[in-house]
Amino acid sequence: MAELDELYQEVILDHNKSPRNYRTMANANRKAQGYNPLCGDQVAVYLHLDEGVIKDISFQGSGCAISKASASLMTAELKGKTETEAKALFENVHRMLTGEPQENGRDGAQGVGKLAILSGVCKFPARVKCASLAWHTVNSALKGEADVASTE
Amino acid sequence: MKVAHEIITPPPSAAVWDVNQIRRDFPILKQKVHGKPLVYLDNGATSQKPQIVIDTLSRYYAAENSNIHRGVHCLSERATEAYEGARRTLQRFINAGSEQEVIFVRGTTEAINLVAQSYGRKFLKQGDEIIVSAMEHHSNIVPWQMLCEQVGARLRVIPINHDGELVLDEYRRLLNEKTKFVSVTHVSNALGSIVPVKDIVRSAHERNVPVFVDGAQAAPHLKVDVQDLGCDFYAFSGHKVFGPTGVGILYGRADLLEAMPPYQGGGDMISLVTFEKTHYNVLPYKFEAGTPHIAGGIGLAAAIDYLSGLDWTQIGAHERDLLAYGTSALSSIEGLRIIGTAKEKAGVISFVFDHIHAHDVGTILDQEGVAVRAGHHCAMPVMQRFGVPATTRASFALYNTREEIDVLIRGIDRALKVFK
Repeated sequence: MAELDELYQEVILDHNKSPRNYRTMANANRKAQGYNPLCGDQVAVYLHLDEGVIKDISFQGSGCAISKASASLMTAELKGKTETEAKALFENVHRMLTGEPQENGRDGAQGVGKLAILSGVCKFPARVKCASLAWHTVNSALKGEADVASTE
Repeated sequence: MKVAHEIITPPPSAAVWDVNQIRRDFPILKQKVHGKPLVYLDNGATSQKPQIVIDTLSRYYAAENSNIHRGVHCLSERATEAYEGARRTLQRFINAGSEQEVIFVRGTTEAINLVAQSYGRKFLKQGDEIIVSAMEHHSNIVPWQMLCEQVGARLRVIPINHDGELVLDEYRRLLNEKTKFVSVTHVSNALGSIVPVKDIVRSAHERNVPVFVDGAQAAPHLKVDVQDLGCDFYAFSGHKVFGPTGVGILYGRADLLEAMPPYQGGGDMISLVTFEKTHYNVLPYKFEAGTPHIAGGIGLAAAIDYLSGLDWTQIGAHERDLLAYGTSALSSIEGLRIIGTAKEKAGVISFVFDHIHAHDVGTILDQEGVAVRAGHHCAMPVMQRFGVPATTRASFALYNTREEIDVLIRGIDRALKVFK
């Protein structure tokens, strides 16, 4: 049961119950839709980018506790970051979720700040896509892709 | 002289359903997952296999493996005999009039695609209508949508009521002179509802409209008699009736199959090939291009033989008991809502919580050793109808027990504690 406790930590349950930045954004200049065809989870991510800095970020959608908490934590973490910083964080988070070591060879949960709380997900392969959906979506929003981001 | 105290043993059909004896036939059920005894309640996705099926596959490859319908040698004859014997077993299982009407396919999905492309492209045209129901699996929606795009036909949908039952009055209203095909499920995979197929067929036949019945979820639970149902096509997948994956059957009325062009071209489906013209083989081979899943077909027959050795009345009674016990236990959990409350149901219970997503329930149950399905069950229109993104689904088979349902309930209690 230790693994389960590691997955559903208080912080994650709290972000699931009261997700941060859970709203649409009228002045968004980037937006992307994310979709997990396996389970039907959907997320929309809104960005307000100003000279390469994420001034505001929000999300809306439906999904499990892991996907909602991950999206909520992500928005809290990305606000104020530059596009380059956000993309680097995306790479680090992705490595952590899939259980790969970081580029510098350190443990997967290093270099992701508060998002390390999601490191328990890598023990649940079926849930990795839940946690990474919002990240794939913000990545395609940053790239300015019009297509729906998919975990597949 | 007869002894006075002769012991009368009851006939086998009256014997008590010994679920523990049945469970011993399924080796996979003995294992533990995450240190807990496996409680397999995902039978709607696929069923487990009895030892006799596993042994049959192994014996086929060890002693009979050869290609069918072509060799003059002993092994090929043996393999052909076993494969054609399997076809006859399946014919008896669904009471088809002739073995020519039983076509081996990869599964229900391929059967639907075969009929949509072969029958549909030949007989449907611009402006025609195809009726499906609101509780179809994607595999009984998408092939018809593809056909509609190809020929310019239109898809019409029989609505369902809040219990997950087809609204038959609406169905009869949908039937009109443009209706050229009806395709419905026998049992809903997401809701468990049993569809009154005979009524559906009767109304369609009044207008000479053929009916396809998707039996994927019905074949493991109901005694299927295609002649009694009166349907024109019926299909199911082997892996859901305790057989191997990758094999299933399509039943079709011979006169319709005769009129249909082949679905795929290749070996085995021809009688004569020249570069000028090819003559197709007779039924059922016309629809069986290429080397089939020979071991799978033989393994499926072993599963059917296994089922035939059991008593359908007892299987039905046992599964109804599990459904009633599970429904009552789940209903008493606060905040739990069962999706699919049809009067006629197979052993499927789909449920949701307002505050816990099905995926989270599924993960927590898995940690307790309980295997369920969490998601949209490849029936997204059903989810939309009930306004939920996903459900958790427990689906029972003849080897499940009340005790396993108790473990399910304890697992749900744990999920409620995590998400209190």
